Amino acid sequence: MGHHEPVTDWETDFDHTDDLWAADPYPIWDELRETCPVAHSERYGGVWLPTRYADVAAVAYDTERFTSRSVIVSEFRAPLMLAPQGIAPPISSDPPYHKEARRLLLPIFSPQAVDKLEPSTRAYCEELVDALRGRGIIDAAEEYAQHIPVRVIANMLGLPESDADAFRGFVNHVLEGVSLPLEQRAEGMFALFGYLQGHIDDHIANPREDLISYLLESELDGQKLDAFHVARTIGLLLIAGIDTTWSAIGASIWHLAANPADRERLVSSPDLLPVAIEELLRAYAPVTMARLVKQDMDWHGCPMKAEEWVLLSFPSANRDSAEFDDAGEVIIDREPNRHAAFGLGVHRCAGSHLARMELRVALEVWLAAFPEFGLADPEAVRWSGGQVRGPRTMPLRIGT
Amino acid sequence: MKVRVNADRCEGHGRCYSTAPEAFVADDLGDGHEVGDGTVPEGLEAKALLAVANCPEQAITIEEG
Repeated sequence: MGHHEPVTDWETDFDHTDDLWAADPYPIWDELRETCPVAHSERYGGVWLPTRYADVAAVAYDTERFTSRSVIVSEFRAPLMLAPQGIAPPISSDPPYHKEARRLLLPIFSPQAVDKLEPSTRAYCEELVDALRGRGIIDAAEEYAQHIPVRVIANMLGLPESDADAFRGFVNHVLEGVSLPLEQRAEGMFALFGYLQGHIDDHIANPREDLISYLLESELDGQKLDAFHVARTIGLLLIAGIDTTWSAIGASIWHLAANPADRERLVSSPDLLPVAIEELLRAYAPVTMARLVKQDMDWHGCPMKAEEWVLLSFPSANRDSAEFDDAGEVIIDREPNRHAAFGLGVHRCAGSHLARMELRVALEVWLAAFPEFGLADPEAVRWSGGQVRGPRTMPLRIGT
Repeated sequence: MKVRVNADRCEGHGRCYSTAPEAFVADDLGDGHEVGDGTVPEGLEAKALLAVANCPEQAITIEEG
């Protein structure tokens, strides 16, 4: 996946797109937490990697010295002129602007609003498993997990479900194409925004009951949002809503396929699922965020330079034994479980309630349909690298 | 036992009201609030304590008990 030189030294030259990191990052982070808790790499113009929970939390809470102007590590940094909105508001916005831009979205993703989407999500999961019944070996990443969030988010936004393949192409480019040359990266962004602009123009001409029309009617500081802001927020929701949830569903199914005792327990005690989901989110948190250093500074002894990246590894924080007992073990009924899979501080994932609902329903339907499943070929499982980690190929045996 | 959600710290993770819906409730932004004056219904103290411990922002204080 990586287009860079393979990594040989994780303390001074790490790369989060490296094949080793994608395949199994946990031993890398476990070692760094002990030997070099804030690693540094010259790649991408400079990247810092705190791996301990306390350091990840400290960066997440420090919106004064770390900016969210760009949140995906690559050679491209969003131009300063885009501040305070950033490239994809509100994820790329800093306080105080951030709060109002985020407030527009929160009611749409509130628990009450998400409850209303559960029946249609369940019906769609049922449709997907019905199509798989009777088969011996299937790819649960490609044929199940990835379809669920695409359909849910397309319907919320007001984009045609039939464009699912196109969405996945955009998402893949933005999140996994971070090592591509700048020109290719820019082309992909233009394609995404060109696509969105067409649908936004159509919504301006023909308003309807969906998120694009809602945002076009929304006001910020007494002014209607401009179409460019709407396009960037819709782009964010499309990108943030698909790969992340796909990854969480896939990683959870992978864990249960590889650990029959946990699978059997959830099949016989479905009531445990909400607790189990929190543990699967802790152990396999899919999302790593990023910040940019605002100004040269000494941070806990690290000489950070302006415009260097900081990878905010919530997945590593969640594996810190200073914060969690037996942090490296998946304990399916772990309680309490104060994990940070959805981030910490003002940028807590706005879609977390939606993601949890999708994950719970996807697992409920899956476990009811296929109580006995396992990895058909453990070596064939392929995980995505970069800032969203989940299985992208996952052959499972679901029937005899 | 009495609990209180610190509104300045709450970021709307929702762990409190999903863990102990008898003691916490969501507003329309997803932020959590104590139910009523924060008095935890008798017999649900352990559940409320679990909700406090689950909060990623450590935004909930136990005021009595």
